[in-house]
Amino acid sequence: MEIIETKDLNLYYGENHALKNVNLNVKKNSVTALIGPSGCGKSTFLRTINRMNDLISNVKITGNIYYEGKDVYSEYDVIDLRKNIGMVFQRPNPFPMSIYDNIAYGPRIHGIKDKRKLDEIVERSLKGAVLWDEVKDRLKKSALGLSGGQQQRLCIARTLAVEPQVILMDEPTSALDPISTLKIEELMDVLKKQYTVIIVTHNMQQAGRIADETAFFLVGEIVESGKTEDLFYKPRDKRTEDYITGRFG
Amino acid sequence: MTRSGFDTALENLNEDLLRMGSMVEKQVHQCIEAVVNRDEELAAQIMENDDMVDNLQREIEDKCIRLIAKEQPLAIDLRTIFTISKIVTDLERMADHAVNISKVVKRLKSEAYIKEIVDIPRMSVIVEKMIKKALDSFISRDVDAIQEICKMDDEVDSLYKKVFNDLLAIMAKDSSTLNQGTQLILAASKMERIGDHVTNICEWTGYLVTGKHMDLNE
Repeated sequence: MEIIETKDLNLYYGENHALKNVNLNVKKNSVTALIGPSGCGKSTFLRTINRMNDLISNVKITGNIYYEGKDVYSEYDVIDLRKNIGMVFQRPNPFPMSIYDNIAYGPRIHGIKDKRKLDEIVERSLKGAVLWDEVKDRLKKSALGLSGGQQQRLCIARTLAVEPQVILMDEPTSALDPISTLKIEELMDVLKKQYTVIIVTHNMQQAGRIADETAFFLVGEIVESGKTEDLFYKPRDKRTEDYITGRFG
Repeated sequence: MTRSGFDTALENLNEDLLRMGSMVEKQVHQCIEAVVNRDEELAAQIMENDDMVDNLQREIEDKCIRLIAKEQPLAIDLRTIFTISKIVTDLERMADHAVNISKVVKRLKSEAYIKEIVDIPRMSVIVEKMIKKALDSFISRDVDAIQEICKMDDEVDSLYKKVFNDLLAIMAKDSSTLNQGTQLILAASKMERIGDHVTNICEWTGYLVTGKHMDLNE
């Protein structure tokens, strides 16, 4: 079943035509990787899915993105949409507060005040991000004292706390060491049982390891998309082949 | 953007493959020469040279695995390295068959030939051409050429059947020809097998280009 559908999506930053007729469907409970050179539109596309471009002036969008069959721009309130579609960024960005409060922040905003309920959410979210065992004894300590890899898993846990359906990740491991990267990658395999993950990555091997589907972006267009193993084994388009074999441009 | 170091390594790998190919081609040529001329010295040389072929196979395989580890190739690069490591296995087997053929020289002792040795050298001439063409088509990724090579293998198969039937007829008439007849049939069958290995190389070229396995040995 497709949880995200994109139909003839175009995005302009002023005169700059950043996304061109993007048509991409994302299956529920899958990991989809978006690959492509810098400036090709993959992050723009990711941010369009949960309307992160709303506050950027000069942005014009045509076409449609549907989340669970409803248009994200005309049929959703942005707060509701982002509750369903969470986002994890390139650099871990924990709030300057305790580990516990980082996770409880979202649920509190959504009106949950009950201490026991919040405890439950914090534990479940940290377990979901495979961080619980490492931090359960220091929940009240500052999140800023965690390592980079732990901070990124904290950010994933924070996203999980509001029980989204889709998690968007923009190069979530690019600032992490190989071991933390591996932990996040393993986590994705667990996450997709419950969530749908769309990830932007510059690491081709990472896409190969974690993604069920991969889409290759080039100057705002999707050149090719499909099963990851097909794309990395025998891409259909010469441009995809040139890019993934490192002979691009 | 290019990957000059990686591209150079791939070119070197291709050169190594061609070098191994011409070594094997020479072994195939000489083993028949040794049989026709009953040249025991040449036969011994072929057996000795087989170590060089084996060593080059290991060297190429080693380069392949190191390139995979270092460059983490994908798509056509991955298929190139994988197919080269498969082709060197075929080449090594071909060289083994050449050794088996050269062993026939010793087993024939000094008996006079029961018939003129014509068709086995003919098989060898075709097989040598096939080896060259097969490796050229691999390097140039020319899938069209492999059909032609397969037709050449059909000729080799027909010649083998002819050798087999001719020798069988001679042996049926005169049991004193049994040793020589059997040895020559053995040599011809090894040459026929070498032809099959060349079609395997063609199958790998098809796989390299299309990403799909082919069966050309039917």
